[in-house]
Amino acid sequence: MSRTNISLPQRSFGETSRIDAWWSQPLIVFLGLLAFVVYSTWAAFQGAHYSFGAYLSPMYSPLFFEAYEHAATGHALFGDWPKWLPAAVIGIPLTPAFLILWAPGGFRFTCYYYRGAYYKAFWGDPSNCGVGEWRKGYRGERWFPLVFQNIHRYFLYFAILFIFVLTYDAFMAMWHAPDGMTYAQAKTDSVLNFGIKVGTLVLIINPILLGGYTFGCHSLRHLIGGFMDKFSGNSGRKKAYDCVSCLNRGHAKWAWASLIWVGFTDLYVRLCSMGVWTDWTIIG
Amino acid sequence: MSKYTTHEYDVLVIGAGGAGLRAAIEASGSGVTCGLVCKSLLGKAHTVMAEGGMAAALANVDERDSWTTHFADTMRGGQYLNNWRMAELHAKEAPDRVRELEAWGAVMDRTKDGKILQRNFGGHKYPRLAHVGDRTGLEMIRTLQDHGIHQGIQVHMEVTVVELLTDGERVIGAFAYERDHGRFVVFKAKAVVMATGGIGRAFRITSNSWEYTGDGHALAYLAGADLMDMEFIQFHPTGMVWPPSVRGILVTEGVRGEGGILTNSEGRRFMFDDIPDAYTSSTSDNEEEGWRYVTGDKSARRPPELLTRDHVARCIVREVKAGRGSPHGGVFLDIAWIKQHISDSEAHIKKKLPSMYHQFKELANVDITQEPMEVGPTTHYVMGGIKVDGDSQMSTVPGLFAAGECAAGLHGANRLGGNSLSDLVVFGKRAGEYAAKFAKDNSTGQVNDDQVSKIAAWAEAPFERGNSGENPFTIQSDLQVMMQDKVGIVREENELNEALDALEKLKARAEHAAADVNRDYNPGWHTAMDLRNLLTVSEASARSALQRTESRGAHTRLDHPDKNDEEAKVNNVVRKGSDGQMLIERIPITPIRNDLQQIIEENK
Amino acid sequence: MPQVTFRISRGSTHQDSQFVDYQTDITEGMVVLDAVHQIQEESAPDLACRWNCKAGKCGSCSAEINGKPRLMCMTRMDTIPTDQPVTIEPMKAFPRIRDLVTDVSWNYEVKKRIKKFKPRKPDAPDGTWRMQQVDVDRVQEFRKCIECFLCQNVCHVLRDHHKHDEFSGPRHYVYTAALEMHPLDTEDRIKDVKDEQNIGYCNITKCCTKVCPEHITITDNAIIPLKERVGDEFYDPVRKLFRIFRPGK
Repeated sequence: MSRTNISLPQRSFGETSRIDAWWSQPLIVFLGLLAFVVYSTWAAFQGAHYSFGAYLSPMYSPLFFEAYEHAATGHALFGDWPKWLPAAVIGIPLTPAFLILWAPGGFRFTCYYYRGAYYKAFWGDPSNCGVGEWRKGYRGERWFPLVFQNIHRYFLYFAILFIFVLTYDAFMAMWHAPDGMTYAQAKTDSVLNFGIKVGTLVLIINPILLGGYTFGCHSLRHLIGGFMDKFSGNSGRKKAYDCVSCLNRGHAKWAWASLIWVGFTDLYVRLCSMGVWTDWTIIG
Repeated sequence: MSKYTTHEYDVLVIGAGGAGLRAAIEASGSGVTCGLVCKSLLGKAHTVMAEGGMAAALANVDERDSWTTHFADTMRGGQYLNNWRMAELHAKEAPDRVRELEAWGAVMDRTKDGKILQRNFGGHKYPRLAHVGDRTGLEMIRTLQDHGIHQGIQVHMEVTVVELLTDGERVIGAFAYERDHGRFVVFKAKAVVMATGGIGRAFRITSNSWEYTGDGHALAYLAGADLMDMEFIQFHPTGMVWPPSVRGILVTEGVRGEGGILTNSEGRRFMFDDIPDAYTSSTSDNEEEGWRYVTGDKSARRPPELLTRDHVARCIVREVKAGRGSPHGGVFLDIAWIKQHISDSEAHIKKKLPSMYHQFKELANVDITQEPMEVGPTTHYVMGGIKVDGDSQMSTVPGLFAAGECAAGLHGANRLGGNSLSDLVVFGKRAGEYAAKFAKDNSTGQVNDDQVSKIAAWAEAPFERGNSGENPFTIQSDLQVMMQDKVGIVREENELNEALDALEKLKARAEHAAADVNRDYNPGWHTAMDLRNLLTVSEASARSALQRTESRGAHTRLDHPDKNDEEAKVNNVVRKGSDGQMLIERIPITPIRNDLQQIIEENK
Repeated sequence: MPQVTFRISRGSTHQDSQFVDYQTDITEGMVVLDAVHQIQEESAPDLACRWNCKAGKCGSCSAEINGKPRLMCMTRMDTIPTDQPVTIEPMKAFPRIRDLVTDVSWNYEVKKRIKKFKPRKPDAPDGTWRMQQVDVDRVQEFRKCIECFLCQNVCHVLRDHHKHDEFSGPRHYVYTAALEMHPLDTEDRIKDVKDEQNIGYCNITKCCTKVCPEHITITDNAIIPLKERVGDEFYDPVRKLFRIFRPGK
């Protein structure tokens, strides 16, 4: 029995004998990712309410320049929106978010977990395991453009930098301006006071979740030890590999938790800045 | 005459378990063409079920071990009915065969200094079983398979041999059918190696798969070869007993090797109650010492749970018969108790016995890290088989070789756990080597067309019986029930006679077994043909069991409960008489070489 | 004893098959394979079904139960709803021989094309090697594979896109990963993983991992690490640059 020419019938879209609600998971992923993409795009276009006092929204961090014609927030690294940067490109406004969002965005877009998830939820390739597909041809990640998914590790390098930046932001979120002073001014005058507020906690949780996600990255797991065939005699590396592997086992959960929290952190800062929410003080 | 295709090889290996694959690798490596026929897909043979390990005196864990101790253990376990030459070769060559597997890619568990780890097993004086968790057989078969596919071996998957073709005295090929579409195939070969495994399907409660229908035994017998020791059928003491659908599935001896204990419904470790004289000096008489042994204390003696399989099985039967069994007619096997000694026992058990953990979790809904298992004896292995020459593995028929479970001799009256995997590779290699030699020294034989058309007609017959015939599954199941009752773990003269009568009736019924529809992957048809082999080996076992009027090793006679010195001097040999009747001959055992006798004495 | 209806796909090809309903009694602890055997004995002796060990160790009885790829011998009846017919179909990614039996020989052909194990020189004069348990743990996970081919069956690259000529499938990535990560192996298969086995077709649906009866973490532990190793060699511009300055490696 050795047949090599394999002729199988083409199955139709959605064809399956599964009796469970196989469509529910891709649907949830679809709605979840769509909601985040819509919200983050909207937030990135705002160019306003990206900071509140000591807090800087993670969607705008690191803040290279203040948004176009935006008052100083005390968070910008290089001051105001520079003249050599256009305020809009073919009518679409350019904000500081766009200068940095490509990095975490690219990290998540090329992430092995998200790839599997959005190929299913958005491409229907396949919609779920054992369910027929709508598309006949298939190229996978072998060709342009998806072959570029393989540069995931470079996005990882940036993502690790962002962990440091956001940790710095979390630390800075513990130092507030005295009453009656703007944050920018208080910072310049070095008169910031220690205090833990709800927003401080929100900004502290953010890099923790992002760290859990970033340090469980499949590429990192490879680079830190997975590429080797022998661990013995190198206990430090083995420990590092085990740590990454441990986080990696929950990569999907970390991915969602950190994604939701980034969105929530921006929302928190935004609504406080807009005066909708009040930032309660816990200590200080 | 029916149509068939022909394949021609120097060496044809029938069976692709450990022995068959090893034989094929050896034969093809020595420059002859080699065909390998297997009833199921490659790599699915029953070898995958072997769990505990592969016995070889590597002395990696206990440096006191050597081939002489292994030899003496094997002979003691086999109650000295073994072919001592085979036991010698096996003990000497097993370490090389194990190391060779590593060179071919096997990844066995390691000692701290990076060598192959060895574990304790029943009847072995020192930790001797090279293993991979509890899936050693899978590791062996996959290693041989992955090595073999690059050797130019022609593999015929899902092909069943129904008769060996003969030219005068000599075996010169085989007649077979392809399971997928039922086409007939004739294999011409200068030498044939039988590596078909055992006969467990003749019994109702068995750890064996459907493949174990005694094909090699029956085909060799029908071709004129001698079978030997067919009364010795090993009932593994620990098979699952609940739920009914998994009854008989093996629970590895490794559970006991890792510290598992057997208890009855009163919570008593009943194995302490009956320790045979031959083993009193090496068996602990208290729980504390037994545990120390399991954890590697070389000064401690082994716990009684690790006595030989025949003895443990009898003790379990005794407890159940005395009304001290578990709710479903077995006894308790408890590994969870080690939490008294080990703090992370849960992780330890999962690491050491992963497939046992999953088997019970998924099939019986029992968490073995927390609660005891229910176990009872299950038909596991036949020590008897095709009588072979110890060195060359050639049977009494020229050109026909045998290795592995279907060959007799190495294990005598009872096999030690772990000796079967090493048996496969040691004698698989030898069979392949000598078969290749035979093929080089002999020309191709002449296929007898009469024989081919006769067997082809026989194979097609079940379809012609149509509605007047009987369902082959019913006949098979009746046979299994009968054999379990009358030729099972304890035997009696009158029951064995009843069994022989019943076999005659079943034979008559088997001649009316019918098949329906067509030859495409038709299990009914396949079963109808398997019946002949099952009936042949059943009869051989029953007749041999009747002949041996003593209890020895795996053979227990209620009417002859003790050993008999006269019986210790003979092997029972089964042969086809000229009129087709089954004959039994009692053959005296060849006196053992002096040096080997001395080794046995030194190790007593 | 409850009667359960089994809706079994019968026929000699996928194209030309139909569902036939059978009723049989279910008792405690039964698995789907028991039910199929019971049906064989009671009403359909020619119902084709491949099986062997009936203990989840040989990987022969792969099928699709209610559309999910499973081993029939490891699917307990009390884990599936029995108030509606239980659908049993053969694997879909391979040609059908008959009823529940498919022709999986393609898998064996693919495996032959993967370069075999090539150990380094022995570490000790007696021809043996030394390996630490920590170094073989990863490989041992892969070697649990029982070759049931359920991962191949569920992989949409084979199942829906029929890339059997180009794509070797999850089973063979596990096989290759076991060889590539073997501490003794000296062969290099990474180029073949990219160009012959075409790992780029895998889009990480993780369906293979979900169906593996041996619970091998196929995607995370075998496929993605191989993709990363391919990345090292072919998709990492900085490493490429390094290699230019460090020829010989």
